[in-house]
Amino acid sequence: MSIDEQVLPYPIPNDAALDPPPEWAELRGTCPVAHVELPSGDRARLLTRYDDVKLVLADPRFTRQLTAPDAARLTTDGGVFNSEMAQFIPDGGEGHQHWRRLVGKWFTAKRMAALRPGMAQIADDLIDDLIERGAPGDLRAGLGFPLPVYVICDMLGVPAADRDRFSYWSDTLLNLTRYSKEEIEAAQLAFFEYMSGHVAAKRERPGDDLLSELIAAGGAEDGGLTDMQILVTGMALLVAGHETTANMIGKMVAMLLADRSRWERLLADPSLIRTTVEESLRLDANSGFGLPRYLPVEAEVGGTVLPKGTTVVCSMAAANRDENAFEAADRFDQTRSPNAHLSFGAGAHSCLGQALARTELQVVLEVLLRRLPGLELAVPVAELERVEGLAVGGLRTLPVRW
Amino acid sequence: MKITVDEDKCCGAGNCVLIAPEVFDQRDEDGIVVLLRSEPGAEERAAVLEAAAVCPAAAIEVHEEA
Repeated sequence: MSIDEQVLPYPIPNDAALDPPPEWAELRGTCPVAHVELPSGDRARLLTRYDDVKLVLADPRFTRQLTAPDAARLTTDGGVFNSEMAQFIPDGGEGHQHWRRLVGKWFTAKRMAALRPGMAQIADDLIDDLIERGAPGDLRAGLGFPLPVYVICDMLGVPAADRDRFSYWSDTLLNLTRYSKEEIEAAQLAFFEYMSGHVAAKRERPGDDLLSELIAAGGAEDGGLTDMQILVTGMALLVAGHETTANMIGKMVAMLLADRSRWERLLADPSLIRTTVEESLRLDANSGFGLPRYLPVEAEVGGTVLPKGTTVVCSMAAANRDENAFEAADRFDQTRSPNAHLSFGAGAHSCLGQALARTELQVVLEVLLRRLPGLELAVPVAELERVEGLAVGGLRTLPVRW
Repeated sequence: MKITVDEDKCCGAGNCVLIAPEVFDQRDEDGIVVLLRSEPGAEERAAVLEAAAVCPAAAIEVHEEA
């Protein structure tokens, strides 16, 4: 049976930690609007071509209303895309733009540049600890995970000492298969109560942080956000700031060490750090689920008419390897420019924290190259293991020596 | 080259500022793009073209003939 007659299980099973599943190239070539079955058993359509994914992500007809009665459920047990809580943030139009601009001012490139020295200091301290514990060490647990967590906790004004609880809550929200419905509901409730208490405390004693400023902007009638929106925004940012960049640091370093000539090229010419970060983002074959969208009206994509009520899944990682969009798309080119990859999405909903993520990835590389130039993998690439079931992909551990 | 930006399309990603900080900035109050120089010199050309090509909202337009 050819691939365009099949219903593929999604996410597509893949054991290789850093390489894409062979199905991507086949789908882009012959079946750009494929039928897939999600972990819930519901059906959706999978998009893998660059032009299709980019258009759909920027097209307001393809909504984020995954709670619509006829939308495909990703899992039967809830999770981040099915969460009722997400509905408090306006999905489109002026409401979304208003929210985006109120929160987005915290993530400007200039603000991120101002955070650089602090990020570098955290990275230096974490690497000190890694060296003290001795090689081999786990770069994920020792650096990749804690650094973004410290940074987002600081921005939100929440104590980094509570990070174990945040990690559990964000894992239950982002994991599509590991937890039961009861576990997910209990975790969401606990997270909600924690953040309610935190927002109330900020209202009493404002600090120099994002949530305090959102509170100070006043309620909806004063051009600010409602209490519920502030609370959900805090939860969303904490989760988003946790797993995404944390996992990407490990995957990026793994890609650079898997072919160590890449690492050596950066040692010789650190001016390639920025473009190398972008190329790592583009070629991340383990980026996770992709972005689901729900279509409340009929629409055409890539020559296929999709009926009203269709759920589509955009695979940005597959689109990022489209030969029609990138020259030598499978090659890791540390000088590639421009590199208009879709790893942060596209259009009005593209990642709010992308300047933060880029800055963290750049700073981590700068500090690692300076402190641990002899860095290398402590296990063969084939032994690196994926984290299973997460909406955001990552490596379980990244054993390194130096 | 002459540049125009579309503030309504801009999603405040800040990628242009990271790539060409001499040409682009963002407003402090909402993160929306600010054009520092609408007719940058030849030394900024490569960075401006890159910034326009990677803008996630396609909010930067470069007019070559001007």
